[in-house]
Amino acid sequence: MTDCGLVANGVTFGYARSAPVLEEVRAVVPRGGLVGILGPNGSGKTTLLRLLAGLLSPWRGDVSLDRINLKTLGRGAAARRIAIVPQETQLAFDYSVLEMAVMGRYPHLGTFEVEGPEDLAIALDALRATGTAHLASRPFNTLSGGEKQRVVIAGALAQFNAPTASDATEVLLLDEPTASLDLAYQLEIRSVLLALNRTRGLTIAISTHDLNLAAALCRDLILLDRGRVLAAGSMPAMLEPALIRKLYDVDVDITAHPTAGHLVVVPLARGNMRGNTQEPRAARRRDQ
Amino acid sequence: MTIRRKIAVTWIVFGAGAVLVCVAAPLTGSTPIDLRYVFSSSIPFADNLDAQIFFVARLPRVLAGAMVGSALAASGVVFQALLRNPLATPFTLGVSAGAALGAMLALTLNLPSGIAGFSAVPIASFAGSLGAVGIVYALARARHRGISTNVLLLAGVTLNSFFSALILFVQFLADYTQTFRTVRWLMGDLDVSSYTPLVAAVPPLALSFAAFAVLPKRMNLLSISEESAASRGVDVHRTQRLAFLSASLATGAAVSLGGPVGFIGIVIPHLVRLIVGADHRLVLPASAFGGAAFLVACDTISRTALSPLEVPVGVITAIIGGPFFLWLLIRNR
Repeated sequence: MTDCGLVANGVTFGYARSAPVLEEVRAVVPRGGLVGILGPNGSGKTTLLRLLAGLLSPWRGDVSLDRINLKTLGRGAAARRIAIVPQETQLAFDYSVLEMAVMGRYPHLGTFEVEGPEDLAIALDALRATGTAHLASRPFNTLSGGEKQRVVIAGALAQFNAPTASDATEVLLLDEPTASLDLAYQLEIRSVLLALNRTRGLTIAISTHDLNLAAALCRDLILLDRGRVLAAGSMPAMLEPALIRKLYDVDVDITAHPTAGHLVVVPLARGNMRGNTQEPRAARRRDQ
Repeated sequence: MTIRRKIAVTWIVFGAGAVLVCVAAPLTGSTPIDLRYVFSSSIPFADNLDAQIFFVARLPRVLAGAMVGSALAASGVVFQALLRNPLATPFTLGVSAGAALGAMLALTLNLPSGIAGFSAVPIASFAGSLGAVGIVYALARARHRGISTNVLLLAGVTLNSFFSALILFVQFLADYTQTFRTVRWLMGDLDVSSYTPLVAAVPPLALSFAAFAVLPKRMNLLSISEESAASRGVDVHRTQRLAFLSASLATGAAVSLGGPVGFIGIVIPHLVRLIVGADHRLVLPASAFGGAAFLVACDTISRTALSPLEVPVGVITAIIGGPFFLWLLIRNR
């Protein structure tokens, strides 16, 4: 049971030769987990997600799903159990919402095979799970940012078969799922992801630099700093002012919010990394 | 309507339309002919003027139009999906400029008009298109795993202007009659009077269309993003390679047969998308049939409008296609 889920082990990778973006990274996304990958811009969050999705092959180390190396698992089999949602989706052609969702069924179809009623049912179910079934016949390009994001999530969900037959881990990876959305849509995406994790038992990992999203959503956090894992563990243990200061070079106040019901991170001031010995005045953690 | 039914309806409706145009076109012309006499078995072929006009004077030309039209429209669809750009055409990546340069050289150097039964111009233009494809492909692969569509686009556009300069230079060196012939070639011309060039174009076109057959679902995913295609299990590099090479081959074969006939590769796919939507399983076959019908119809106009004068078919497609395309643009905004 220990290593069930999606695991990157000792992964080193870079785009250009001799310039690694990630070094010796270990990232564990346990089955049924909700993991946040946190780090400043350029820390390698997106690259780690793409490695976890099997879109990139590590220079060293390996990525495995339920203890099977993704390379052994194969492209098609991996696509039936790991889906990734990019930050933004711009279409060159005007697909309908339903077409976008149905395209998620690709890894289940043969070269000339056309999607059948079962595939259509799964796609519609995915739209329902993200609250976009009523948009099915709309052109994707006419949707709002939040609706688009939910439809793309539905397309990713459609890559999995019905949630009943799941003694295998199915992982949804999301790259900055709320980065370009306004407040209302951020909350919407948050609740969609929580529901998918709770009711469907879907394993979810998101990359984000939004500390409050991580606090509201994630159970585990991986802190990524310049391509290396700074720390990893349970969300409350990771949301420590000292760690956040190290990660972002920002002094923060972290409190349990009485009505939101989760920790809230308030940035206070830009830190001064050179004066590392000096204890930051304002950085403290108040627990209830 | 299920997608299975949509695909069937698309094939039947657009296929029937193309066949209808291809049957009607050879019956149209300065000399009226009658289908009953054309297929009459009681009159020997040598005495059957209607059959001779139908099978010798007009049918090869109609078939050439159908082949060129469908190849250009279908490769337009493939290039647009590959480059994720609805404004791409079969000529964007320099294939036609290479073909034109080949044809110019053959016309200007007065190459012997017969190599193994085929005339020199189409062979030279086909070779020119392959040369251009090779250069663009090599550049796009040079610093990239797989092919970079950005480099592809830049290399293609640059090669287009470079070849155009070479074409102008060749024309500058040529004498008056040669220049006239080269200009005529550039306008697009389906004046095919035997079946030999058609037969020669069949192998490359068949190869391309066989590749087109496996592409539509992957093109749907690829036109969303490379990442989304890859995450669904599409081998992105292989698909891009297959799309680029097959569409280039089809374009090269089409241009060497009918010259660089413009507008088909962009107008037809756009028109088709208005009717059937964006799914490439519908857009690709509908465009192939629609391109055939459109070019055959335009060529019929070019033969008959100013008869006995013959307007180059490329002029007709641009005169009809240009304003029509602008109308589409305005209508959709």
